[in-house]
Amino acid sequence: MLMFTLRRILVSIPVLIGITIILFLMMNVVPGDPIELMMREHASPDVIARVRAQMHLDDPMVVRYFRFLWNALQGDLGVSIKLNRPVTDLILKAFPNTLSLAVCAALVSWIIGIPAGILSAVRRDSLLDRFFMGFSLLGVSMPIFWSALLFQYIFAMKLKLLPVSGFYGWKYMILPAIVLGWSSAGVIARLTRSSLLEVMRLDFIRTARAKGLRETGVITRHALKNALIPVVTIMAIQVASLLSGAVITEAIFSIPGVGRITVSAISSRDMPLLQGAVLFATALVILGNLVADILYSILDPRIRAQMRKEA
Amino acid sequence: MMTRSVDSAATPETPDEASFLRDTVRAFRRNRMAMAGLIFILLLVFCAVFVPWISPHDPYRVALDEQLLPPSTTYWLGTDNFGRDVLTRILYGARISLVVGIVPSLISLLIGTIMGILSGYLGGKTDFVVMRLADMMIAFPSLLLAMVVMYTLGANLLNIFLALALVGWASVARVVRAQTLALREKEFVEAAHANGTSRGRIMFDHIFPNVVPTLIVLFSLSIPEAIMWESSLSFLGVGVQPPAASWGLLVAKGKEYMFQNPSVAISPGVAILLAVLAFNFIGDGLRDALDPSMKD
Repeated sequence: MLMFTLRRILVSIPVLIGITIILFLMMNVVPGDPIELMMREHASPDVIARVRAQMHLDDPMVVRYFRFLWNALQGDLGVSIKLNRPVTDLILKAFPNTLSLAVCAALVSWIIGIPAGILSAVRRDSLLDRFFMGFSLLGVSMPIFWSALLFQYIFAMKLKLLPVSGFYGWKYMILPAIVLGWSSAGVIARLTRSSLLEVMRLDFIRTARAKGLRETGVITRHALKNALIPVVTIMAIQVASLLSGAVITEAIFSIPGVGRITVSAISSRDMPLLQGAVLFATALVILGNLVADILYSILDPRIRAQMRKEA
Repeated sequence: MMTRSVDSAATPETPDEASFLRDTVRAFRRNRMAMAGLIFILLLVFCAVFVPWISPHDPYRVALDEQLLPPSTTYWLGTDNFGRDVLTRILYGARISLVVGIVPSLISLLIGTIMGILSGYLGGKTDFVVMRLADMMIAFPSLLLAMVVMYTLGANLLNIFLALALVGWASVARVVRAQTLALREKEFVEAAHANGTSRGRIMFDHIFPNVVPTLIVLFSLSIPEAIMWESSLSFLGVGVQPPAASWGLLVAKGKEYMFQNPSVAISPGVAILLAVLAFNFIGDGLRDALDPSMKD
């Protein structure tokens, strides 16, 4: 187990390093000088030259990359050009907001998705099943920015039940969490359904039924325990899609999170801030995948046995 | 001897292929949702191509005395803040959204297929390098990766193609690689190998045709994904730039006027939803018809 975890962590390191290289290259082949683009109108050439020197923009690319990597490892992601503050501070200040949005959204998606998936599997091919599956298809086919507007319009503007946007307390979190969670509830429902259907075909379920257990007992005590393993692991992977979705949700609901930082960094052409925010988000995704793999091996003894054989 | 046995194995392929195609078409046509999706998309394509002749309205004409009108018989979905017909703008937007759905999907399919077959068939170092590269691309949150590309290269249609292809090729490569690994062990590939066929020929003549059904399914399922990504990018202002209008941009522009005329923002979203649903139905139908084993 420990060996597996360690090996899995070791494998993620080159991926992360590769990502820093790709990201750095993409950021630094920008046609035109980022400083000049930003400061041209209100700074003299020698001020621009001084800032360039300060940011070491005149060094060769390789030197700059290794400086970037070395600093990033120590938690230093540079200074935002626009806000003139350390990128790490900005991100860490915004991250709790994004995290609470993501956690609330994840809760919404599980509360809707898991029961819907279970009911669909138990009543397979019934009207209920079709309804839930149709609904989940609708959920994944709706662009988040559009469902956000729709929910905003109905619940905030028309019914006046909830605030339209902003971030001043738990009430402001409800709509964004529903919007973001609703899009992944469909994925969770489908996965729960197919996984439960798979388990229900296995021998131990037949045994449980044969010994006279009631159907509800068979499902809750025997089937679910196994069927939910892939669902639990997908939750860690969900981080990636929630983060992508959070960019849009935060922009629409004016939530001061990492996603909104990313969008504003693009519009103000703030390269260090954008670079830092994307690196941070990607590192989170890799961490999510890592956690998913480890969780999977903890929860499923079959995977564990396979790992032991391979190791 | 060898050539003859290969030849005789190849000859009966023709009637087989024809019946495979016939079976596929029949299975697809029996799928009601898939047929409905196909009809909707054909209708949409028709309208998008012929909109200048179908619609009496000019998508760019500004009429300030007709701002934000509610839906009526003249303006079926109302007018926007410049007094332009919303439905006409949606149909013009369909041109961009459909092209953005199709072109990047084709590019990522092409790259993904080449990478996947090379990786699966050659194995070894090639496989290692390609798969680690794919791992990295998949680890990037797609929207952020696309946003970075748009930031770097600038927001225009060509760069949207590039950004979406960059996001999409890796998962294609993974699927194609897995199939190639299985195909490599098949007798007909071994026979071709024993026959002295070059590795390039084997990959192109023997492996590639067998991956095509999967590619068709992947293609039809990646179109709606590309439409979604493009609309998100355009909504965030890093995609299609005005005065051109894709559906995502129409929603973004319309959201300022939710109070006066919600139809301006809501209708293009309905267009996205319907197109994405239709392509998903087509994709599911194709998958069931071509390769039932891919069903999860």
